[in-house]
Amino acid sequence: MARKLPKVDVVIIGVGWAGGIIASELTKKGLKVVGLERGKERKTEDYFMVHDELRYALRYGMMQDLSKETITFRSTEKFRALPMRQYGSFLIGDGLGGSGVHWNGQTFRFLPYDFQIRSQTVEKYGKNKIPPGMTIQDWGITYDELEPYYDTFEKMAGISGEENPLAGKRSSKYPTPPLKKTKAMELFTDAAKRLKLHPYVQPAANLSESYTNPDGISRAACQYCGFCERFGCEYGAKGDPVVTVLPVALKTGNFEIRTHSNVRRILKTGNKATGVLYTDVTTGEEIEQPADIVVLTGFVFNNVRLLLLSGLGTPYNASTGTGSVGKNYAYQVRKGNAVGFFDKKKFNSFAGAGALGMILDDYNGDNFDHSNLNFIHGGMIILGQTGQRPIQNNVAPKGTPTWGKEFKQASLKYANSSFTVGGEGSSMAFQHHYLDLDPTYKDAYGDPLIRITFDFEDQDRNMAKFLAKQCSVIMKEMGADHVDYMQELGPYDVSTYQSTHNTGGVIMGDDPKTSAVNNYLQMWDVDNLFVVGASAFPQNAGYNPTGTVGALSYRAAEGILKYHDKGGQVV
Amino acid sequence: MAEENKGNPESLSRRKFLRNTGFTVGGLAVGGVLGSLLPRKKEEKVAPAVKAENFNQALMYFTPEQFQLTEAATERIFPEEESGPGAKALGVAFFIDHQLAGDWGFNAREYMQAPFFKGEKVQGYQGRLRRRDIFDIGLRELQNHSMTVHKKKFTELKEEEQDAILRDFEEDKVNLTTISPSGFFQMLRSATLEGAYSDPLYGGNRNMDGWKMRNYPGSQMAYTDIIDKDFKKINPQSLKNHLNH
Repeated sequence: MARKLPKVDVVIIGVGWAGGIIASELTKKGLKVVGLERGKERKTEDYFMVHDELRYALRYGMMQDLSKETITFRSTEKFRALPMRQYGSFLIGDGLGGSGVHWNGQTFRFLPYDFQIRSQTVEKYGKNKIPPGMTIQDWGITYDELEPYYDTFEKMAGISGEENPLAGKRSSKYPTPPLKKTKAMELFTDAAKRLKLHPYVQPAANLSESYTNPDGISRAACQYCGFCERFGCEYGAKGDPVVTVLPVALKTGNFEIRTHSNVRRILKTGNKATGVLYTDVTTGEEIEQPADIVVLTGFVFNNVRLLLLSGLGTPYNASTGTGSVGKNYAYQVRKGNAVGFFDKKKFNSFAGAGALGMILDDYNGDNFDHSNLNFIHGGMIILGQTGQRPIQNNVAPKGTPTWGKEFKQASLKYANSSFTVGGEGSSMAFQHHYLDLDPTYKDAYGDPLIRITFDFEDQDRNMAKFLAKQCSVIMKEMGADHVDYMQELGPYDVSTYQSTHNTGGVIMGDDPKTSAVNNYLQMWDVDNLFVVGASAFPQNAGYNPTGTVGALSYRAAEGILKYHDKGGQVV
Repeated sequence: MAEENKGNPESLSRRKFLRNTGFTVGGLAVGGVLGSLLPRKKEEKVAPAVKAENFNQALMYFTPEQFQLTEAATERIFPEEESGPGAKALGVAFFIDHQLAGDWGFNAREYMQAPFFKGEKVQGYQGRLRRRDIFDIGLRELQNHSMTVHKKKFTELKEEEQDAILRDFEEDKVNLTTISPSGFFQMLRSATLEGAYSDPLYGGNRNMDGWKMRNYPGSQMAYTDIIDKDFKKINPQSLKNHLNH
């Protein structure tokens, strides 16, 4: 029998960006909140020895221990899903702050088009533009409705940036000025302008100057040390939950964080959640935490998995397209790239920041005409300067051997003389891309793993080729002596890193028949359960997801407070 | 360390960094790491160089024969040439030995539960063997293949002959039932790069020579002064530098 604890107002499952934001907003209003985090506690002092590429980038020091839990994957229903035994395609965060600690800090707002993609595509190009099997949906919220929440997130995290000329309207400027421009970023800017494109400095959660946010939290400026993605920030200069929202929640006296607490079930009576059952992983003890409101704020996979394990919502059925939990799993098409090699120029490419770079959106969303193109949407184009660390950056022009003297000399020659211009392609939803429980493989507690069924489609192949070509045009205009670019996307491969932008499975919308949560991320079927994160995206945009996860978290916090006051569906 | 930094004007020690940049908000150092960086005591003078023995250079896992094979094979993957030392001089074989002795060698943080099935290529590694088992088998088979083709040990072959043997593994031209020859080769290749370029604390990248060859500055506190400037050569620092400041 599980030990039963006294009831609290709210229990939060997973203390990353979504959990942290919601904790801070609710505790400010006096609600008693418990945050359950399966990983360990984290603090800035942990990163004294963080400039260690092997430990963090190659051995995944900040990531979930796959020996305890992983995912299984198959390209289509024709194959047997097998476990992702080692890290590859994406990296699952763990510990206090979650993926919000090891991210790069690239902070975007999705385009107005993204939120109304289905209706706008049909309106402009006719319904035949959407191929059979593509199950894209409008979000049930518009950009204008979400704008105030983006604004709140950006001010809390102190986002540094300059206005994107091709994006939705902003109610205010970025709270801090853009990061500095490197020589490579200048080359990109000049080349893009000559090509009549619209470059802007990437919005960053790496602070360009010291900043005090509306909660009174002060943080220092980024030092461009070159260790950001896959690492924690030793300065607290990168916005993460541990240095922003969590101290605010804790200061109220209304928030308790319990680390090493792995939630295994959401408990329910009828159509009401009554609390959660979790395992204290240090003792193995099972504990029940009753609560009036349950907020599920894990990464995409665990949000879907916990709902399915707990029998909440209607599981998605891929053959009929009915049901919602597990529906519209999407990703990011991140291989439409061009690499440029400079024979006579050297750059400080060892230096950088996670979100340092130039972006242009001329080929993103519906910012360009798709009438004669065999795909919809597109993606941002980025020249990033994150710091080219030596183990993972050994590129040489195509045709160079991959080992031996010639390889060594070429990789040394171009160590500070090569850059990538990349397309961050959107990922549309398809009826046969989904998440469900694996019938065979289990986690360390005997619960089924989540199973991914996903592959790239013609939409992705055509879009990636198009983006790679545009990238090569820019790279050549930048003056690279040699440019290699992607020719064919190939199948989706879980063993090579692409991006940790997994989305969907608990999608939002305005219709309980086609979505799992309403536009406050409240479950249609269970009024006192909110499911928050990129799991709510009906499909993925051509941008990094965190800015939108942050905005949706503030929106959900408002919905939870409404529910706390009045009960029922808050829409 | 103090002496070393004098000859290394571009490197910012943490202490110097704090002093120079006034890295504070409202007069207070922000963030835990910074607080713990403020010097607690006067710097001790380091005794003039008595060249210390490197006690790290002993074997945790390999037999001497495995070590020699690894040293010879990795040297072909990352050979010494005009620009600088190769895998052998960088200590790559020691690095791999030490890694196999720990978590990585045991696949400790990877999902190794049954059942095992041969998967599609896009599903990644699906074997039941751990990296140390794969190295045991791979190195033994490297030797066997060398004996079969040349009637000589791998370490006794000429460089071109060693390359051809390795290429047979890379291209799956060796018939093995237990492991994938190309999978072993790729593991050896990536471990070689890790050994050449990881922080010297792991036993490779000796004297930071891997970093020096490619003008990589290692672990620096800040690049704020050069981030928007033309390329600048900076003498590297390792994590050891941080502990002493």
